[in-house]
Amino acid sequence: MNSIPAAAAIEVDSLRKTYGRLAAVDGISFEVGHGEIFGLLGRNGAGKTTTIECLEGLRTRDDGGIRVLGLDPRRDGYELRERIGVQLQQSSLPDDMKVWEAMDLFASYYRKPMPWAPLLERLGIAAKRNARFAKLSGGQKQRLFIALALINDPDLVFLDELTTGLDPHARRSMWDLVRDIRQRGKTVFLTTHFMEEAEQLCDRVLVMDHGRIVALDSPASLIRGLQAETRLLFIADRDFDPAPLRSLPGVTRVLKNGERFEVSGTGERLICIVVNALDAAGVRFRDLRTQQPDLEDVFLTMTREPGLERSER
Amino acid sequence: MRGFWKLAWVEIKMYLRQPQAAFFTILFPLILLFIFGVIYGNKPNPLFGGRGMVDVSTPAYLAMIIASTGLLTITIAVSSDREKGILRRYRATPLRPAALLTSQIVVHFLMTLLGGAILILSARLVYGLRFSGQAGLVFLGFTLSSLSFFAIGFLLASLARTARTAYILGMVLYFPNLFLSGATIPKETFPEALRAAGKFIPLTHVVNLLQGLWFGNPPARYALEAGVLAGLLVVGVVVSAKTFRWE
Repeated sequence: MNSIPAAAAIEVDSLRKTYGRLAAVDGISFEVGHGEIFGLLGRNGAGKTTTIECLEGLRTRDDGGIRVLGLDPRRDGYELRERIGVQLQQSSLPDDMKVWEAMDLFASYYRKPMPWAPLLERLGIAAKRNARFAKLSGGQKQRLFIALALINDPDLVFLDELTTGLDPHARRSMWDLVRDIRQRGKTVFLTTHFMEEAEQLCDRVLVMDHGRIVALDSPASLIRGLQAETRLLFIADRDFDPAPLRSLPGVTRVLKNGERFEVSGTGERLICIVVNALDAAGVRFRDLRTQQPDLEDVFLTMTREPGLERSER
Repeated sequence: MRGFWKLAWVEIKMYLRQPQAAFFTILFPLILLFIFGVIYGNKPNPLFGGRGMVDVSTPAYLAMIIASTGLLTITIAVSSDREKGILRRYRATPLRPAALLTSQIVVHFLMTLLGGAILILSARLVYGLRFSGQAGLVFLGFTLSSLSFFAIGFLLASLARTARTAYILGMVLYFPNLFLSGATIPKETFPEALRAAGKFIPLTHVVNLLQGLWFGNPPARYALEAGVLAGLLVVGVVVSAKTFRWE
């Protein structure tokens, strides 16, 4: 079972999986590098979970090639699961199982488990070691599941909708945990519905729709590629004619609504240019806000359902 | 089989943490023992071939314990573990399915054995239970009966789509088995037609086998019973191996 160290942590080549006549995953190819935080995005039913489960060896693919840590999940499933950590989207533990028992039990499933006490410490649930699973909060359960995913000191960790159902505080502390996992030299493959989360965490994201790849790049490049407009919103202290703003480089549109102004345009220096122009014209302004395109705009654009657009307005 | 012992041990601890699970395996047989014991005592009775009510009932109650573990406890435990996603979580580790299934069987067998031991001990201490068979043979019969009813339990859990369906299926099979087999009410008191119908109830064969071995009858006389139970075991194992689902 000595595999040659693979160039990439995950290599997927023309992966296909169909359920009946529906192609859940329709011939996708991508690679994930070692040490990367890689995000898989898509609407419900886009094929995310099918993809991740084919990678974990929990589902058998119909066609295409997969190498995960140099192993074929279909053939070497058990060996692969020795070396990966998995946090599932929908899973549970028995209500009456205590936290320490779960750690101790899962440790016994692996050849080389880590000591579980320091792991609970690191995940901030050491105080809950004698609590039963049913008595844990949503965030604590999720921390326990991460601890279980790390107990074999895996090279690659799969996190499937890690923060769904968590409050904003818990979500942000999960982000710190994910960064910490990467800091320790591990590769992270995650799926999420929160575009802010993907933007904050991921080195690269893959956007899936109807089983196909619609985008694959770093969040920043995807946002830039969208060429969406930035909007500046402000309130002017006195009335003025905004017409000259229209001729500024990059500005595409200027709107005035009473004392409220809205300037739209493109270009990285747009904000600077507009603010300088206002200053030069002696216009004092307050409540300046900018609305910049983010990953959510990319996502909504890439996965737009033709024909739905108008009815949503 | 890495993980097997740890899993079995944790399952035993969790079993003992939920007292309701022990009701049908430990408490219910004792309740019956004492109710019928108070009414009839354990005086020799010509209806039972000179044996007492408790002498005849105790091996029958062993059959009841086996049926409740197989048809209720296992069916419900496996299907609800699946429905909650617990099996799914185990599957994402290198744990082998064989280790998981064996640990379930071992744990439930130990609990059935515990229920049986408590029953026998109580009957002996309170009513002077008489035993005229060979302990080894009774244990063998008990084990065969347990395994075949456990296999039916796994089969029901595999066939039922939800834990609710599994629960209903288990109950629907449990009560006719319980009352028509002679596991609760001695068959000797049944009308002829009911006794004939009882032949088609799997638990009847457990009651016959265990009572016969308990009384020290020659084991060869129970080839039919042992054959039926072995057949059920094979069918249960084969079909549930084919239909078992992790999620």
